[in-house]
Amino acid sequence: MAAALSSVLSARGVGKRFPGVVALSEVDFELAPGEVHALVGENGAGKSTLIKVLTGVYSPDGGDLTYQGEPVSFGTPMEAQQSGIATVYQEVNLVPLQSVASNLFLGREPRNSFGLVDFRAMRDQARDLLTSYGVEVDVTRPLRTLGMGVQQMVAVARAAATSARVVILDEPTSSLEPREVDTLFGIVERLKADGVAVLYVSHRLDELYRICDRVTVLRDGRVVHSGPMADLPRLRLVALMLGRDLEEVRREGATKFDGERTAADTGPVLAATGLTSKHRLDGVDVTVRPGEIVGLGGLLGAGRSETAMAIAGALPLDSGTVVVAGKRLRTGSVAAAMRAGVVMLPEDRKADGILPDLSVRENIVLAALPRLSAAGVVSRKRQDAIVDTFMKRLRIKASSPDQRVGDLSGGNQQKVLLARLLCTRPLVLLLDEPTRGIDVGAKAEVQGLVDELAAEGLGVVLISSEFDEVIEGSDSIVVLREGRVVTELHGADVNENTLLSALAEEPADDH
Amino acid sequence: MTATERPTEEHAADSVAANRTTRRERFASQVQRRGSIVVLALVVVIASFSFDSFATVGNAQNIAIQSSFLAIVALGMTFVIISGGIDLSVGSVYALGGVLAAYGIQWGSLVGLLLPLVVCGAIGLLNGWLVAYGRLAPFIVTLATLLGARGLLLAITDEGSTTRLMPRDDWLTKLGQGTFLGLGIPVWITVVLFAIGMVVLQRTRFGHATFAIGGSREAATLMGLPVARNTMLLYLGSGLCAGLAGALAAAYSASGVTIVGEGLELDAIAAVVIGGTLLTGGAGTVAGTLAGVLLLRVIQNVINQIGTLSSHYQSVVSGAFLAVVVAVQAYLSRASR
Repeated sequence: MAAALSSVLSARGVGKRFPGVVALSEVDFELAPGEVHALVGENGAGKSTLIKVLTGVYSPDGGDLTYQGEPVSFGTPMEAQQSGIATVYQEVNLVPLQSVASNLFLGREPRNSFGLVDFRAMRDQARDLLTSYGVEVDVTRPLRTLGMGVQQMVAVARAAATSARVVILDEPTSSLEPREVDTLFGIVERLKADGVAVLYVSHRLDELYRICDRVTVLRDGRVVHSGPMADLPRLRLVALMLGRDLEEVRREGATKFDGERTAADTGPVLAATGLTSKHRLDGVDVTVRPGEIVGLGGLLGAGRSETAMAIAGALPLDSGTVVVAGKRLRTGSVAAAMRAGVVMLPEDRKADGILPDLSVRENIVLAALPRLSAAGVVSRKRQDAIVDTFMKRLRIKASSPDQRVGDLSGGNQQKVLLARLLCTRPLVLLLDEPTRGIDVGAKAEVQGLVDELAAEGLGVVLISSEFDEVIEGSDSIVVLREGRVVTELHGADVNENTLLSALAEEPADDH
Repeated sequence: MTATERPTEEHAADSVAANRTTRRERFASQVQRRGSIVVLALVVVIASFSFDSFATVGNAQNIAIQSSFLAIVALGMTFVIISGGIDLSVGSVYALGGVLAAYGIQWGSLVGLLLPLVVCGAIGLLNGWLVAYGRLAPFIVTLATLLGARGLLLAITDEGSTTRLMPRDDWLTKLGQGTFLGLGIPVWITVVLFAIGMVVLQRTRFGHATFAIGGSREAATLMGLPVARNTMLLYLGSGLCAGLAGALAAAYSASGVTIVGEGLELDAIAAVVIGGTLLTGGAGTVAGTLAGVLLLRVIQNVINQIGTLSSHYQSVVSGAFLAVVVAVQAYLSRASR
């Protein structure tokens, strides 16, 4: 029984591999009753995989799970839940059309002596439960009519109310207001006092230091650190997450960016000011001059992709202006942004960009079709000319323009996408993770291309979770945290140490 | 300090306002839930004033019995659609149920009643198993059983050339033809089934889980609800309803006719949707479905009353009605966002 007291849920040497990827490798992890345990790591570090292994969504390839002193292997999420492991997922997983009360009690509704659901009892219990957590809401309303914050609280309350021994909160605050965060932390404190173990996943460093007792840092599927939260300085935590040793000598030339560029001393080609979108962006400013590469720095969830999407018109804004080459854009319209010369290379090439079953030619000319067609008829000759130009210029390796794009390598797919954007003759190129998932050689080529394009006078906004890429590629870096600009780095300040400290810095004013 | 606080207060005000039910939202939800009943009442009142022969006891009895068979089929369909599925096989299963009742009655009334229930239940179970555990699309699965059941039906009736009659004095036949308090017994059976359906949908965990599955299958799974088992039971129920309706209809006409039930699945779906159930699942009522069925049958009746219009106009009017309902639903769901 002593073992059960020291840890309620533990993993020993757990591994999980997917085709081509090792998602978890020899992971040891312990969760003690009455502690709030932070699980941190960047994109692809293996956090979600670990959670899914712990909750029965995936079964591990190797290693052992121990729950309350007994070895376990959960076959389904239902089994894990029934034995007392409750999870609140990042995307609220409730039923939007059902009432708040139903959502709280689905599957365990109070019943009267006839075995029928007792609505009055359900409503009363739901109201009491939420009130005890400081949430005042009409529990008969359909969930979807409520704000995301309240929905999240309902999800947490549901998890907490199932007499769980372990509650896993995956980015619970990403859509909450500061006031709601306080309420949530109240719930977490209560769970902790009741001896429940809380696994807390978040990228907001302030929150981690505020609420968590211990921390486990994952990187590339391995545990790189585990220990008391308070003993780990912020800077060190960020360095661990990003896989940087502060003492490590910086490897010059890790990327193909040469960094020797002089941006034209003209006015900016892109000036975005005060970009604000509730819960996502709060007054972000980005300025890019022709020939300049501006990096967006920040940890996962800091608002980098959102900033790029806002500029490209793909994210509706509450306020803010985007000015391209002196002309103000209608925000929230991709078509308007494209007409003005702003194009974006999306983060997820497969989902948002490439049409794998179409040919290289078709994929390239897609965006330029309106320009290439006269009265709705597309000139094949002009298509061929453009496709030929870009295939040569971007060194796209395909057997012919008619080859299926799905059969090309990742790097060449990315180049096809770049070609598609370039043939609209853009002024500003927004690149979200342009080298993710492509091999080393192709990476260098894409990096070189981006450099060339900037040298030709394009304004480039670069997002990359690879540290070297941002630092060596960018002329200046706008550092974001929680949707706000923390600082801007220029010239000689664009280096690893300044960026790391900017990321780890505590907020100047406590709000 | 003040500059950072202001937006927070604004958001707070936002979320407080968002937590109160607005009059507009309540109106939208009422229209969704009771719109079909109100429209039904209006049509009935207008028809009563317009046609002397409409508001008669005989005509009411007529509409009631004509509605009952479709209503039983639509009841099972309501559950399936609320769960986010669809059952296209019910028309064929209905016809098969009728023929099996007329076929089985040669070994006794009980066999005549049970044979269609067992076979049609098995078809429903097969649908449910393929959808729930095979993770196949309900549209395709039930399209396949629609064809299969129709084929089975033709096989046991020598390609439809044999029409089996049911003895007039058998109690199973009387179950279809008899009356109680002026209304046909199938009407009473329908009323009882709808009462049960209402309780099951609104007041049992099974019913609540059905809404949850239709609202978000993934969420229901993650909440630990028995999604697969529940889904299978829903299709079983739909098969049983269709088989029973077919058997009762056969008893009513005292013969197992093979050509009935073609396109019945579409009438059932139309009735369910007109009754306010979302075709995408997650919301709906049993009472609405009943109103939807009656509305279809009353429109049919009124067009017959007009006399000068071809009966094909019935489909035109029903179709137009369906389009209006779906448009209103789409508008309401946008309005309540």
